[in-house]
Amino acid sequence: MATTREAEYPQDSVGRVVPQRAVWDVPFVLKSGSRLPGYELVYETYGELNRSKSNAVLVCHALSGNHHAAGYHAGETRPGWWETAIGPGKTIDTNRFFVVSPNNIGGCHGSTGPNAINPETGKAWGAEFPQVTVEDWVASQAALADLLGIERFAAVIGGSLGGMQALYWAIEYPDRIGHAVAIASAPWLSAQNIAFNEIARHAIQTDPDYLDGGFLEAGKIPERGLMLARMLGHVTYLSGFGLGQRFGREIRRGDLSGRGSLEFEVESYLHYQGRNFAGKFDANSYVNITRVLDLFDLRAKHGGELAHAFKDATCHFLILAFSSDWRFSPERSKEIVDALVAANKGVVSAVIETEHGHDAFLLQEPAAYHRLFRAYMDRVALDCG
Amino acid sequence: MRPDLEIISELIAPESRVLDLGCGSGALLFHLQADKSVNGYGLEIDREHILECVAKGVNVIEQDLDEGLANFSDDSFDFVVMTETLQAVKRPDKAIDEMLRVGREAIVTFPNFGHLACRLQIALQGRMPVTGHLPNQWYDTPNTHMCTFRDFEQFCRDRGIPIRERFVVNNVYNNNWLINRLPNLFGTTAYYRIGRA
Repeated sequence: MATTREAEYPQDSVGRVVPQRAVWDVPFVLKSGSRLPGYELVYETYGELNRSKSNAVLVCHALSGNHHAAGYHAGETRPGWWETAIGPGKTIDTNRFFVVSPNNIGGCHGSTGPNAINPETGKAWGAEFPQVTVEDWVASQAALADLLGIERFAAVIGGSLGGMQALYWAIEYPDRIGHAVAIASAPWLSAQNIAFNEIARHAIQTDPDYLDGGFLEAGKIPERGLMLARMLGHVTYLSGFGLGQRFGREIRRGDLSGRGSLEFEVESYLHYQGRNFAGKFDANSYVNITRVLDLFDLRAKHGGELAHAFKDATCHFLILAFSSDWRFSPERSKEIVDALVAANKGVVSAVIETEHGHDAFLLQEPAAYHRLFRAYMDRVALDCG
Repeated sequence: MRPDLEIISELIAPESRVLDLGCGSGALLFHLQADKSVNGYGLEIDREHILECVAKGVNVIEQDLDEGLANFSDDSFDFVVMTETLQAVKRPDKAIDEMLRVGREAIVTFPNFGHLACRLQIALQGRMPVTGHLPNQWYDTPNTHMCTFRDFEQFCRDRGIPIRERFVVNNVYNNNWLINRLPNLFGTTAYYRIGRA
């Protein structure tokens, strides 16, 4: 469906993309024991699957991400969330790789989640949607791979919560993954991580418009709670230094006299981010997915030993961290790396110097990040044959 | 392959686990992986070297040697290798202790300060030596703990560290009867394989 508009997309973009949908009519029993009567995954693909189906790469999204990782939807000017990394000639080079990017179950952008209709009740799931886990996500991603005829991913790649999925793939499906790339990730959530998530959930759940999760039925949106959750989250994704560099003490409105209204630039930015997010993210999804994070612990099924968790993995690992990331700090990546070495697994790891904090994984800068990531993807491409 | 790496490779048993401290471009580990089925890891801080390692398919971890090896548990490796770096770390004695904690054996190489050229320059000119194997000036040298072969062997004796193998060469990686007879005078670099006390 070539249109003349495609000429307007940047050369190194995959251009116009159309999401696809996979539907399973069979029940899906979740790790919690709860059962989904059926499920759907909305996903996008970029590039071409080669004849031997050896060049497929799975991209896993983080907390607020979705299937739209690269390119442009019709009529939109903003590209997918990882446009910096995915495209022809880019780090995840769509001239070489067939990229699969699904929206996870429990999300709110088209895959089965709290804002979808429960076929057994005819109403939106809302807060009744069962708690999902990384384990469930990875299982559903494997089902999608089956559907696409992909026996083995050349690489499973993700940042933050996406990286946790990549690590889980390495452990649960050792025969189906060649490389695991986990960027700005962690082997389990710390008490501090859980604390931040709980503040976000509490903001949402105490919003009068949340209505115990029944807001959709009532035609409301707990905007204030979602906004607070996102504002808090956003501050933790950036570094103090980075925020200072970007906004300093610049004033957007009013003055420092103490009379009248005053708004610092950083406040205005947070308000915008919060409001924007509240308009497009389902509150029940946010509650559910932050819990996915809290529940994540690679050691859980392996006697509390991280190195033991990796014992059956056969893939190679790229573990990257960012120096100013305090949400999932370089020390957390180091824990992963040390366990991989103890388990005798192949690994490349580095800490990228940057002031951009946790969200650096989404950015083009610094050059050292994509140079190393790209060098590693060159190696993945070699293994694709 | 580089002759110095060839020598080190000779000291390493096939199918062993190797940690290379300051692995550079990964040439040694690449060779050991390919020819000796060694499972190796390199520690490196130079960005360009890390990229070279990745291109070679060598396991490389960004880690500063001066921060120690505390993140590796005891007996993690069969061999821990440090080439031409012992004299440049903050505390060579502690470095050796750590190498022999995480590895069963260690392989170290370092330039000989007791070489004839060094002795002559100090004795006759009264200057800090600048030679083929020690090319830096006193003000820009990374080598803060120079020693002679005799010093190192005394250090090992004092601590009960057994020297399992020693191989001494000159500037062009040759080894001849003169070097073997008077290594501390004619050898520029020594390769030691040492074990635990």
